Amino acid sequence: MLDYLLTEEQIMVRDLARKIAQEKVLPVRAELDEKEIFPTDIMKIFAEADLCGLWIPEKYGGFGQSVMAFCLATEEISRVCGGVGVTFAATGLGGTPILLFGTEEQKQKYLPDLASGKKMAAFGLTEANAGSDASGLETTAAKDGDYFIINGTKQWITNGGEAETYSVVAITDKSKGPRGATAFIVEKGTPGFTFGKKEKKMGIRCSATRELVFQDCKVHKSQILGKEGMGFIVAMRTLDMTRPGIGAQAVGIAQGALDESIKYAKQRVQFGKPIISIQVVQHMLADMATQIEASRALVYSVARLVDSGSKDFTKEASMAKLIASDTAMFVTTQAVQILAGYGYMREYPVEKMMRDAKITQIYEGTNQIQRNQIGLALVKESAKK
Amino acid sequence: MDLRKDPNEAANWKGIWVFAEQHGGNVQNVAYELIAEGRKLAETLGCEVCAVLAGDDHIESKCQSLFDHGADKVYLVTDPELQHYRTAPYTRALTQLVDKYKPEIFLIGATTTGRDLAARMAVRVNCGLTADCTGLSIDPVKKILQQTRPAFGGNIMATILSPNHRPQMATVRPKVFKKEKIKNPKSEQGNVIKFKPTLKPEDLLVKILSIVKDESVKVNLQDAEIIVSGGRGIQDPKNFKMVEELAQALGGAVGASRATVDAGWISAHHQVGQTGKTVAPKLYIACGIAGKIQHLVGMQGSDTIVAINKDPDAPIFKLATYGIVGDCLEVVPALTRKIREIRG
Amino acid sequence: MDIAVCIKQVPDTTEVRINPETNTLIREGVPSIVNPFDENAVEEALRLREKHGGKVTVITMGPPQATEALKQTIAMGADEVYLISDRAFAGSDTWATSYTLAAALKKLGKFDLILCGKQAIDGDTAQVGPGIAEWLNIPQVTFAVKVEVEGSKAKVERLLEEVNEIVEIPLPAMITVVKQINEPRPPSLKGMMRAKKAEIKTLSAADIEADQTITGLKGSPTRVMKIFAPPQKGGGEMLSGSADEMVNALVTKLRERKIF
Repeated sequence: MLDYLLTEEQIMVRDLARKIAQEKVLPVRAELDEKEIFPTDIMKIFAEADLCGLWIPEKYGGFGQSVMAFCLATEEISRVCGGVGVTFAATGLGGTPILLFGTEEQKQKYLPDLASGKKMAAFGLTEANAGSDASGLETTAAKDGDYFIINGTKQWITNGGEAETYSVVAITDKSKGPRGATAFIVEKGTPGFTFGKKEKKMGIRCSATRELVFQDCKVHKSQILGKEGMGFIVAMRTLDMTRPGIGAQAVGIAQGALDESIKYAKQRVQFGKPIISIQVVQHMLADMATQIEASRALVYSVARLVDSGSKDFTKEASMAKLIASDTAMFVTTQAVQILAGYGYMREYPVEKMMRDAKITQIYEGTNQIQRNQIGLALVKESAKK
Repeated sequence: MDLRKDPNEAANWKGIWVFAEQHGGNVQNVAYELIAEGRKLAETLGCEVCAVLAGDDHIESKCQSLFDHGADKVYLVTDPELQHYRTAPYTRALTQLVDKYKPEIFLIGATTTGRDLAARMAVRVNCGLTADCTGLSIDPVKKILQQTRPAFGGNIMATILSPNHRPQMATVRPKVFKKEKIKNPKSEQGNVIKFKPTLKPEDLLVKILSIVKDESVKVNLQDAEIIVSGGRGIQDPKNFKMVEELAQALGGAVGASRATVDAGWISAHHQVGQTGKTVAPKLYIACGIAGKIQHLVGMQGSDTIVAINKDPDAPIFKLATYGIVGDCLEVVPALTRKIREIRG
Repeated sequence: MDIAVCIKQVPDTTEVRINPETNTLIREGVPSIVNPFDENAVEEALRLREKHGGKVTVITMGPPQATEALKQTIAMGADEVYLISDRAFAGSDTWATSYTLAAALKKLGKFDLILCGKQAIDGDTAQVGPGIAEWLNIPQVTFAVKVEVEGSKAKVERLLEEVNEIVEIPLPAMITVVKQINEPRPPSLKGMMRAKKAEIKTLSAADIEADQTITGLKGSPTRVMKIFAPPQKGGGEMLSGSADEMVNALVTKLRERKIF
């Protein structure tokens, strides 16, 4: 067993997340998926176990701002259910803009409740016409004295409707191009801020995905994150920071699928022996396991890089997300193949894992965008030499 | 009572007592079962079997049934405060009785009442208490009680002795021994010894406010002759309806494995097993139950065991008289149909 | 409220096996856990503390390794824990155990409520809780599935064989709880950190002023004569064929046995 030289505290976090995932998530994951039930009760259990504040400094009630600890927990939870895993991780995504760009007042106001799990967060960037092309944003925030009036619709927002705290990016000055967007903290319940229907998805079905609808939603300028015009920077830095978390989710999903594949292959007897003794199956499992370990190693390395205070990890974060999500899709597809007929049946957990895995190649920047990022970073690096 | 304080004391402790647990004036079957077993033990020891019947004045009419089932004597302990079981007044009354009449052995059914009572009495009386026995015998040389019982969740059996303390107390599982009706000459002589306990105010501090009936419990599980039990293999809580229909068709009761009770599929009153009820019906049908040892210890005394399970390696098949490897959801309704057909 | 909980560290009996040749328990590799019913008792104590304020003290009588079990309760949220341990306690049956725990409780102070799990999953006796109540001369309620405290009284619902009974008892009292009473919470990270740093205080026989003539093996009225593997029941008949064929065969056989 590869020892990633985790500290005692990290082991504690990992083991606790694993225990809760096994005892509380495993028995209900199929039902949550089938009926698309938001895992409210499970989130409460994570909160009581002090797992919600792993990415938040102790000063604000968190456990110590560790991307590594956050990744460990996300991985363990996703190993049992990718939908619960992303619900858990998305608060990190929604709250990281506040962590990185918030004023002291904003941090004091919003982070403690996120750390205690009392409230959840969500990140509102994507729109119908602005996915990979973030410059296509159409949601506007028009200045009105000390306020901004937000109009527009955000699409496919994880935890939309369930979270209380939203980091939203809107265009404040179209003419300024990349410097024309601003990030705001918008609270649920603000007049003019409503939610669209809950989307029906292929996978991570217990996760709530909704539109954020802004109609003349008035927000005070004290809700701006960073400065006016910094919106895209806030978004990009946030995504860099949280990509390891999605990488961890993908690694977790893949690991869960590998576990099920091995369990099945050991007891499924065909041609007079368990299929795990057949070389073809062993090769499949070997490829799955190797890719998972490589992805895990990269995700952890990047997490540690971020925790070390590095400011320059865009390329690595993209790599981690890229490889882990491609691995998740590969491993879960292989898992269904190994369980064969049973794997296709909803009664067995791997078809859900395959459905869950797909989104990891899409959100937080599609893997095509990730490759763009990596390619551009390589170009930039070579230009320096 | 610690015999070591006075070696001559042992001779003063004679007789096998059985606690005649009653609810609402009905003597529980476990009491008759223990009297029957007590008679066998009494033969070896050359002593009497005495029933201890406690309640209010109305309970006197039940003495006859105790003689009919083999008691040589009945200690009738009456007081209005003993109408319904409560720990303190019962402990006080029976301890006073024990102190006065000195039995060498005191057997109590391992029911919720019996276990609650015996545990408290044993400390007050200063004697050894063995819980949940499944076997009793007399050491022919030492003339003391050998009490055998399961431990470690049913994984091991232990034989326990209380060599130096009297009475030797044991709670005994219901349905382990068989009750017997006999023609008892002793009953004609009216061997009833009346005893009025002296209760203290501190014995009366607990009040029974109400009884809540479980609507799903239609037949007393432990007295049922036929039990149909559901385990996780029935896959969905609504399938307990299917289990119930089979039970109804057979005129039996519904049991459940711990897993289904824990999952909230059915109330705990139906649970059979180490931490549930012990049953020994004529017929036990286990539907979708794997047969972990903690379940088996609760029903292995059944005469005929039928197991229906998809998994041919399920441990329950080792115990079953008849095993069916199949899908409960198919087999159970088919069985119900067939039985209804036959019974018309 | 000052609540005390008595717990026991037990082997996980779903994993325990007996060696049928030597008739001894195979304990290697069997994890030690907090007795599951005692976890329910700790959880109930924590809930009562959340509702009424006060302190939860957890004690256990056991060998030094039982501190692990106490640490788990700290991780759940227990305020104070004590290990009651002494060579003089070795070999205790339930009588001597309840005496020893009661002596410890008397020494530790006045408690409004003492909670215990219904039974330990190794001994399976359900005798220690009531024994403690008798030693402390306080009322007892066993098999509690619901506990409500109102001032100096408690209303307790008991899970009996066919019905539930609701009783009212004055405090202080001893209550044993069944599994159905609650879902024990997982430990919290902050709790686990506290547990890691905690130094567990051990109380010896002298510390609790126990009468050593009635503790341990010496003070135990019962003795274990022998331990053996449960008899294996013989296998029966496996039916075969289609579902309908098996059902028909079964019904025929059951009728032959005159079951119906």
